[in-house]
Amino acid sequence: MTSPVQSLSKAVTVNDNPFMKPVEWVSLLLLAGVILVVLPLMLDGFRLNLVGKYLTYAFVALGLVICWGYAGILSLGQGVFFGLGGYCMAMYLKLEASSVENTKIQSTPGIPDFMDWNQITALPWFWQPFHSLPLTLLLVVAVPVAFAFIISVAMFKRRVGGTYFAIITQAIAAILTILIVGQQGYTGGINGITDLRTLNGWDIRTDHAKFILYFVNGGLLIGCILMAQYVKKSKLGRILVAMREKEDRVRFSGYSVAGFKVFAFCLAAGFAAIGGAMFTLQVGFMSPSFVGIVPSIEMVIYAAVGGRLSLFGAVWGTLLVNWAKTSFSESFPDLWLFGLGGLFIAVVLIFPNGLAGIWREHIEPRLFRKAKGLAPVASPALPHGTPAE
Amino acid sequence: MNAAILPSPAPIGTPADEKDFLLAVEALTVSFDGFKAVNDVSFYVDPDEIRVIIGPNGAGKTTVLDLICGRTKASSGSIKYKGQELTKLSESAIVQAGVGRKFQTPSIYDDLTVFENLEISFPRGRSVFGALTFKRDAEVRDRIHEIAQTIFLKDQLDERAEFLSHGQKQWLEIGMLLIQDPELLMLDEPVAGMSVGERIKTAELLNQIIKGRSVLVIEHDMKFVEDIAHRVTVLHQGKVLSEGSMERVKNDPKVIEVYLGH
Repeated sequence: MTSPVQSLSKAVTVNDNPFMKPVEWVSLLLLAGVILVVLPLMLDGFRLNLVGKYLTYAFVALGLVICWGYAGILSLGQGVFFGLGGYCMAMYLKLEASSVENTKIQSTPGIPDFMDWNQITALPWFWQPFHSLPLTLLLVVAVPVAFAFIISVAMFKRRVGGTYFAIITQAIAAILTILIVGQQGYTGGINGITDLRTLNGWDIRTDHAKFILYFVNGGLLIGCILMAQYVKKSKLGRILVAMREKEDRVRFSGYSVAGFKVFAFCLAAGFAAIGGAMFTLQVGFMSPSFVGIVPSIEMVIYAAVGGRLSLFGAVWGTLLVNWAKTSFSESFPDLWLFGLGGLFIAVVLIFPNGLAGIWREHIEPRLFRKAKGLAPVASPALPHGTPAE
Repeated sequence: MNAAILPSPAPIGTPADEKDFLLAVEALTVSFDGFKAVNDVSFYVDPDEIRVIIGPNGAGKTTVLDLICGRTKASSGSIKYKGQELTKLSESAIVQAGVGRKFQTPSIYDDLTVFENLEISFPRGRSVFGALTFKRDAEVRDRIHEIAQTIFLKDQLDERAEFLSHGQKQWLEIGMLLIQDPELLMLDEPVAGMSVGERIKTAELLNQIIKGRSVLVIEHDMKFVEDIAHRVTVLHQGKVLSEGSMERVKNDPKVIEVYLGH
């Protein structure tokens, strides 16, 4: 078919929709290089483990980029999914650490120590699946995603959105924390699940294991970035942006808006869950203090500081805020929360697109203008708010 | 589709006399806290007909469109589209049945390019999985370029929609509907706020795109209505005041009284 229309479509350059633009490849290589090469060479074991911990939060921030930045669904309860993923992993590790030989001084050997202290004499049914590693790995993602699915279907089918949704997610975070703390015999209570030792016989407490886990974590993070990139580049990514702006128009273009919101929320929950599981493995415990309102909001701040429309920005933002938190709270522990609050206000008022926005608007043009020479007006169509990377 | 061509026993559940109409609105009523915004409205739209709904502000014109496309749920009455009851369907199901709706203010996606705006409206990959695996193939591109040419935007395909003029935004939204290829196209004030030049082009555009479909238009601009309407329905205070050709409606004393006379 050689219609005039077809020749026309070749002349227009809008059509190339590559998986990643050159600048995105550079961003990815830069990030992968720093995480997988530079930091391991530069830092000692303790500091590297700390970075590994920060990077588990980056999974949450990554999910928020899709869910909040793209789809416009602000969730103030991502700690719930981070926590559920972490708890699933912790339950497996705890069962392995609670073998009959290890716990023979308990009145009921073979169950986790905190259960014994709370006069529980048999392993509850919902702990049973966590005897199996493959099943645990599945449940680490499946449980939080299923929970996210139930919440989001209930909300979005009823067209609950915006601030109401954010408040409800926050309430869920609070409720889950209270539940975990209250059910001490089943969950370990306020202390969480501690004294984790081995993963399928492999001691996770050694420096060597922590070193390996750091790379597993980094690899998974890059994998999640690529997955998010695929979603962002697909038509689904553009529908999320469209939905954020004109929900009705999307609905009257024949899409069921609720389904797309559920997808975005579940994807974010899945990412958060992987982060939570990696947290448990690297830090060696899981507690309700990573489930509640404060950590959930902190995670939103990571995404906001990095730039809620940028996948890479979210990771950098997480690293930067946590690095600041660690160095700041080492010297001025009382001031950190004010610093965090100030940072959030600054992001909202001064640089709404976070680090990625500053990079895109100020640094990238200066770097690439001279190098390119041609087409200096190539991207004036990218003011603030653009979903482009 | 003519009744004469249809095989004589009409399909189950649809009386033969209804098959003549593309859209049959009967005894449609909606009340908001007791206020009947649309009160016992009935009208019928034939295939390939351009029907214009006019009426003073608050007559219920936009509400009628909202009811047809499922944005507002009817209190009572029925809306049959090709024999299918629309009042029970979700908005997206109504669109998929072949009803397209243009809003009063241009409703487009500012952050996306003209191309992407049209692509989202392309009727394929509407499920979550379908959207994830959607391929921008030659068929999609050709169709988008064809539509862009029709709506006078072929040179703006790469441009972000927020930089279009008001008239161009209106055309883009019409284009987004065209790419859906609806059998019933509903337009809410398509020329409001347009310059004279844009208005003429829009009339030309509408005349070009009505082939093979019915169009339901709300419009205040009488000159424009005269140019395009096959038949006119006049609404007043939620009720049908008059109906017929523009000529007939214009000379109806009731209409002159409440509307045209002012």
